[in-house]
Amino acid sequence: MIQDLLHSSPGILNFGIFFVLALLFLFVILGFVTYAILAERKVLGFMQGRIGPNHLGGRWGLLQTVADVLKLLVKEDLIPKAADRPLFILAPVIAFAPSFIVVATIPFTDKLQFADLNVGLLYYIAISGISIIGTLMAAWASNNKYSLIGGMRAAAQMVSYEIPLVMSGLGIVLLTGSLNLNEIVAQQQEAGWFILWQPIAFVVFFISATAELYRVPFDLAEAENELVAGFHTEYSGFRWAMFMLSEYVYMFAMASLISVLFLGGWLPPFEFLGFIPGAVWFALKFSLVVYILIWFRATFPRLRADQLMEFAWKVLLPVALANIFLTALLKELLSIF
Amino acid sequence: MVRTEEILLNVGPQHPSTHGVFRLVLTLDGEVITDAKPVIGYLHRGTEKIAENLQYTQIIPYTDRMDYVSAMTNNYVLVHAVETMMGTEIPERAEYLRILAMELNRVASHLLWWGTFILDFGATSPLLYAFREREMILNLLNELSGARLTFNYMRVGGVKWDAPEGWIEKVQEFVPYMRKQLKGYHDLVSGNEIFLSRTKNIGTYTKEDALNYSLSGVNLRSTGVKWDLRKDESYSIYDRFDFDVVTRDAGDAFARYECRLEEILESLKIIEQACEQFPQDGPIMAKVPKIIKAPKGEAFVRIEGSRGEIGCYIASDGKKEPYRLKFRRPSFYNLQILPKLLKGENISNLISILGAIDIVLGEVDG
Repeated sequence: MIQDLLHSSPGILNFGIFFVLALLFLFVILGFVTYAILAERKVLGFMQGRIGPNHLGGRWGLLQTVADVLKLLVKEDLIPKAADRPLFILAPVIAFAPSFIVVATIPFTDKLQFADLNVGLLYYIAISGISIIGTLMAAWASNNKYSLIGGMRAAAQMVSYEIPLVMSGLGIVLLTGSLNLNEIVAQQQEAGWFILWQPIAFVVFFISATAELYRVPFDLAEAENELVAGFHTEYSGFRWAMFMLSEYVYMFAMASLISVLFLGGWLPPFEFLGFIPGAVWFALKFSLVVYILIWFRATFPRLRADQLMEFAWKVLLPVALANIFLTALLKELLSIF
Repeated sequence: MVRTEEILLNVGPQHPSTHGVFRLVLTLDGEVITDAKPVIGYLHRGTEKIAENLQYTQIIPYTDRMDYVSAMTNNYVLVHAVETMMGTEIPERAEYLRILAMELNRVASHLLWWGTFILDFGATSPLLYAFREREMILNLLNELSGARLTFNYMRVGGVKWDAPEGWIEKVQEFVPYMRKQLKGYHDLVSGNEIFLSRTKNIGTYTKEDALNYSLSGVNLRSTGVKWDLRKDESYSIYDRFDFDVVTRDAGDAFARYECRLEEILESLKIIEQACEQFPQDGPIMAKVPKIIKAPKGEAFVRIEGSRGEIGCYIASDGKKEPYRLKFRRPSFYNLQILPKLLKGENISNLISILGAIDIVLGEVDG
């Protein structure tokens, strides 16, 4: 449907429909963020022998995050005196905008996709790289030593982990011969999910993705126990909320990307389950990835900055390169793809 | 040429990983610490000076507030010092109650340490597991003394309250439960590759260093020195129990981690035996005068607290208040090695080094 719209002649009506759809989608993402935070707190509570939020919005605490966001919005807007004002204000926006832009290219079902780009995977990685500028800006503009150290760590981490992320994704590109995410899912229909063909790449990709999301055990940039809150130490109120929002939207985007690349996107696991709509399958796979990320958070301690770098360059990157080589061999020998 | 500069970083007194109001002025070269200067005294209340104007029984609540994580041992060191001066004979039942209270408190203290130590590395779950078990101990001690943290339980000549009915059985039930949970702790954390990489060979010091810096408790035993006052200078009735002194040779943060967890097991052993030997009835207070006056003279006693050797020195001129009271507070002595350990380390190691020393600021500042 969206494809037809994109290719039809431009007009006020088409534009209007597209605008409304995008707006709807924005609310879907915001809804996800709201309930992802709640789910995270609930799941963590469950794993840690606690109850989690249970006061606001009934037994399940359904309105807890809404209340939290409202509280953040009405908080006093504090900008430190010594901060670099324009940069300080701009930083959350720059960190936050790309997180929404990347979602455009994710195919949720074979029909529901906002931008069917031929370079979808590349687009995702390129745009998500912009966020780090926001982080660095925030770190620098805060004029706080903890922020600065946090920001530097974040930058180093982002640069290091983007490479294994791309390299592991390359295996799939080799198999499918396409960067188009839609095409990648479509190919999994006959060949089976790529997690079966690319198990090594999956592991490397997942680890790098966790690092890209700054989640435990790679949350060094905001390592609260050493750096207080890392790059957003000086941020509060809605500016801080924007950083958090971008983090969770990235979680949404990354979980979607992993589902698309490795778990067959909207495809059912077995042919006979095809009567269940693709969106449901997508949501299930996607939730599984998010759940694993939360599970990580409940289990792992944090790495040290130098160990983190070592791990990226000395372990993940060689493994990812070896995987590309293996994939190429596999493709030549088996000639399935 | 690029001009580089060292950063002066002020850690604390309000910082999540200083475990209280501890301040550390660091000089950083990038992320490497070139100099560290601890600043203490934010929690100083002048306990020793206040004590000079208080009767002996009135001092006991102040000892609760020194090492507030393990108040029972602090209670004990004071009453033990006064009793030593007076030569009081303590009733059997009171001795056992004291041992039970102290060892339960030691377990609670080590649990708190375990949880917060792992929390410093960013893992949140262990803290909650440790608190779940600690809560059970605090409930037990609450039943015994009526307080959860500042017990004010011991008195010169015995203890304030007798064990309520069924209390010993509850303690006996707790022991196997705790052993089981401890196994779970090891499964969750002790083998974790990330945790190992952050504690092994971090904050290492030698036996000589430890002795020269007058470290005590686990900080000393982690270097291989087998020294535990409960065994080597047995006080109270510790000679009746069969337990081991846990030592490790590595002298790093992980050795201290292992020592503490194993000490929980040893404490459980003592608790188990004390519950079996617990006398059916008998008094819980010796015959002591209403107003306690230590005889003229001085005394120094030391016991094995949760964090090391707690000493208590009393100089008395025969009045109902001490002329001078001095505590040897183990956290204060253990902290002294910190600047030496921090030099040349990455700032991320700061928390594992500081955490492994296990300080309680109430005790450091006195």
